Amino acid sequence: MAVPIAFYLILAAILFSIGIAAFLIKRNIITIFMSIELMLNAVNLTFVAFSHMWHQVSGQIFVFFVMVVAAAEAAVGLAIIISLFRVRQTLDVDQINLLKD
Amino acid sequence: MQIALFIIFGLLAVAGALNLLFQRHPINSALSLVVVMMSLAVLYWSLGAEFLAAAQVIVYAGAIMVLFVFVVMLLNAGEEDRTHGSKIAYIAGIPGAAATFCLLSFVFLSERKQLGSTEIGGYLTNAVSNITEISHTLFTSLLLPFEVTSILILVAILGAVVLARKEL
Repeated sequence: MAVPIAFYLILAAILFSIGIAAFLIKRNIITIFMSIELMLNAVNLTFVAFSHMWHQVSGQIFVFFVMVVAAAEAAVGLAIIISLFRVRQTLDVDQINLLKD
Repeated sequence: MQIALFIIFGLLAVAGALNLLFQRHPINSALSLVVVMMSLAVLYWSLGAEFLAAAQVIVYAGAIMVLFVFVVMLLNAGEEDRTHGSKIAYIAGIPGAAATFCLLSFVFLSERKQLGSTEIGGYLTNAVSNITEISHTLFTSLLLPFEVTSILILVAILGAVVLARKEL
């Protein structure tokens, strides 16, 4: 039995909303970074669903580039987190408030 | 069969994402994110994107999440504790996420007829296979973006090495 494309898009919307909620609620900087990856994955699912809908391969190539950028972003972001931890000795985003004081 | 795959792995992905939200320890969140990525790989495969399903498992679940788990263990990250800031985030975050979800699903459901439905087989119009089509497009019309990607990765490697050095 065939699945409507709208169901895939709604699944992606659910994952994206959970990613937004986790991004806002979580206090650990690594978990916040993980929720960004979750949102990227949700967007990838919509790209693949639309690629299936239009019978075109361009959407899948978009996903390929998003994956590359996500890998580069994870490498640089985790390096920033490591150097931040060396300076502040914490991973809590509430205590990283150098610009505020 | 497709609806069974969709229901099983869609529910698994949502359960993993909710587990990421509710777990307090970063390792538990990272492992539930691996579950989400694996089930998304199966969903990609059911949508006819075999190459992306493999790349999802290798790149996301294999490389990126290993990097995350590695950093969590390197920094010895413990459970996060509730603070005042997170209460404000609860008040603002959950309605915001719910509003986004309602808006998106309203749009998708109202356009449901135009979006159509999936079918097994015949994913691409004139393709021999998914990987052939992707590589043909990637290495002919999109050759320049593909090469620029390699420069991006080189810059990312250099940036990671410079940022994670001992003396900054």
